[in-house]
Amino acid sequence: MAAGAGALIGGLDALAAPAAVAQMAREQKRLIIVRMHGGLSQLESWDPKPNTDTGGPFRAIPTSVPGIHISELLPHTAKQMHHLALVRGINTRNDDHGKGTYMMATGRHPVPGQSFPELGAVVARAMDHSGQSLPGHINIAAGGSGGRNNDAAYLGPKYASISLGGAQPPAYTTRPAGVTDQTSQSQEDFRRRANDRFAGHRRTAETDAYVQSYEQAQELVRQREVFDLSKEPAKDHERYGSHDFGKHCLLARRLVEKGVTCVQVSHSNYDTHNENFEFHFEQLGEFDKPFATLVGDLADRGLLQHTLVVVLSEFGRTPRINQYYGRDHWGHAWSVCMGGAGLKRGAVVGKTNDNGTAVTDRQVDAGHMFHTYLRALGVNSRHHFSIGGQRIPMADPAFEAIDELIA
Amino acid sequence: MPADPKLAHVAREFVHGAPLITCRFDPKGRYLFATGEDRAVIRWDLASGAKTEWKPHDSWVRALAISPDGQFLITAGCDDMLMWWPVAAEKPQATRSVKAHNGWIRAVAVSPDGQLLATGGNDRIVKLWKLADGSPVREMPGHEKDIYSLQFHPSGKDLLSADLKGTVHQWEVATGKKVRSFDAKDLYSYNGGQGVDFGGVRSMAIGPGKGHLACGGLYQASNPLGAVHEPIVLRFDWETQKVLKKHVSADIKNGVVWRTVFLPEGVLVGCSGGGAGGVLLFWGENDEKPAHQFKLPDTAREMDLHPDGLQLATVHYNKKLLITRLTAKEAKK
Repeated sequence: MAAGAGALIGGLDALAAPAAVAQMAREQKRLIIVRMHGGLSQLESWDPKPNTDTGGPFRAIPTSVPGIHISELLPHTAKQMHHLALVRGINTRNDDHGKGTYMMATGRHPVPGQSFPELGAVVARAMDHSGQSLPGHINIAAGGSGGRNNDAAYLGPKYASISLGGAQPPAYTTRPAGVTDQTSQSQEDFRRRANDRFAGHRRTAETDAYVQSYEQAQELVRQREVFDLSKEPAKDHERYGSHDFGKHCLLARRLVEKGVTCVQVSHSNYDTHNENFEFHFEQLGEFDKPFATLVGDLADRGLLQHTLVVVLSEFGRTPRINQYYGRDHWGHAWSVCMGGAGLKRGAVVGKTNDNGTAVTDRQVDAGHMFHTYLRALGVNSRHHFSIGGQRIPMADPAFEAIDELIA
Repeated sequence: MPADPKLAHVAREFVHGAPLITCRFDPKGRYLFATGEDRAVIRWDLASGAKTEWKPHDSWVRALAISPDGQFLITAGCDDMLMWWPVAAEKPQATRSVKAHNGWIRAVAVSPDGQLLATGGNDRIVKLWKLADGSPVREMPGHEKDIYSLQFHPSGKDLLSADLKGTVHQWEVATGKKVRSFDAKDLYSYNGGQGVDFGGVRSMAIGPGKGHLACGGLYQASNPLGAVHEPIVLRFDWETQKVLKKHVSADIKNGVVWRTVFLPEGVLVGCSGGGAGGVLLFWGENDEKPAHQFKLPDTAREMDLHPDGLQLATVHYNKKLLITRLTAKEAKK
């Protein structure tokens, strides 16, 4: 199983923590995934090629790491580069949104008839422990109702993400005014007795998941404040911005501080077949400051050493600029930015040629990235899950982690 | 000899080494300037066809202007810079460079008397400069979105600036005061599904005679990220500010009017580019659909009218600059 998972603790507010527990809680590994929906252009972000036939109009700017340049569209992120690392040699050989999303989420190439859990679910499962009271896998979305998503495959619904729509606490987590503590407790006692009686002779994995869902719902009601963004200081709201992505980044900070293992945030939309440069100017102008603020805050609060932050897409965008000033789908030479936890800081692995049309050094696939995320979180990615008596590799055994990125 | 759109034909072709972005004739009709995705500024001598190119900016050049006396070319880059050049120099050397904006300069315009240069772009501030020495005159903030186009009124008393959101501000040139605003919001939309602002006033022109204001761009943007939108020009009455006519295409489902100009006779021309290719659209004052349209061989990205009022230059993705004549074909010599 997960290396070091036994020392992990979750749900910080759920425990009246003495110093030792608080220390352990702070050191719990966490994961924040920022999904750049639609396919972020590597040329307008992590691997600029100014003054080439593919470079487009934007310039490259220096970062806080000497020798590393990124697009001028990311001036705030550039100042945090000493906390981050870049993988510039990704070749997933895929230009399809659906396949790309699946590959980057699961670290596996699609196989008909097989379904694998996404990274957040794998990490939530690997980090699971008995003291955890909050959900291990939260997906902050623009909409949504608080329901479970279908992203955990054979790991079961316990590890599937719960959507938080509009940076609001999960729906239906306030008790109706007419229900007293006593009534609520009576209902809960009755439910438990019925469950226990049923489980006594017909217990299955499904009934366990059903029971767990109820228990977790109780915790969500009890700890609703964990998800209440209004509890964050006004000055932080100002620093992150009033738009959705700013709020979502601030909520991500709050959730990992409170002990949620995996938080996913999305930013949309980068599928810029048309007027790529205008839309990247607009979208990255919104992304840059809150993301950089999040990275800086995690570092300042001592959380980044235990929290892996990954900015990924389903693919990159074509070096060739099309007739609409757009860039199209491109999975053959693109980049991912990540930082924190067990990664080396300020590192760059992989290289593309002068105009970004091919990987020339340290080519990697989605599977390499998946192993690397797990290793950075202290999880041995070569281990297996035991599911119904079957041993299933935690990550695709055809790949391995990018060792030179691991600190 | 008046222009006749029905006689439109491609009369000349110039080729560059990269897709082209914008173009302008010099007011004396001697040269044609263009810019490319390779950062080049290109000058073609119309008499000899000689080509001169240089790469002075640290980014693309999206806007050009030339002084009315034909002496100076001003290039405006996505590198925040304005640069002045002698139009006819054999080897162009910049006579002035000014860091003018914080971000892309998307539009430049020269006042009719040649005294002032107006600039605007992604920092949302309209700036006025003395054309003669590049010294700043005043700044006019007030746009909520990026500035896409600028146009001096022929009287020289007013300057129009237009933005992504379809807001057109009218400024009093002498004082910098905002006089009023035109509402061209039909050219803008926010797509919630894609989370993007899109559209904008891509070009403005003021017509002869009644002085109608034309604002070109796109509408029906069902898929901004996928280039699904239609070309349109809004015609405003200058006095009442009412929209007199929405000039649209007959059948173009993928296009945007990158530039609109009035011919001296009052015919309105729109240069549309997009998935439907390059098309020149010609409208009379009361035409909703074009009275005539002329298909170009490749998608078009910008257009300019020769000072003779008979020739239209267009720049294209296929690296070509074309001159379309609106007169009968000349007999081959």
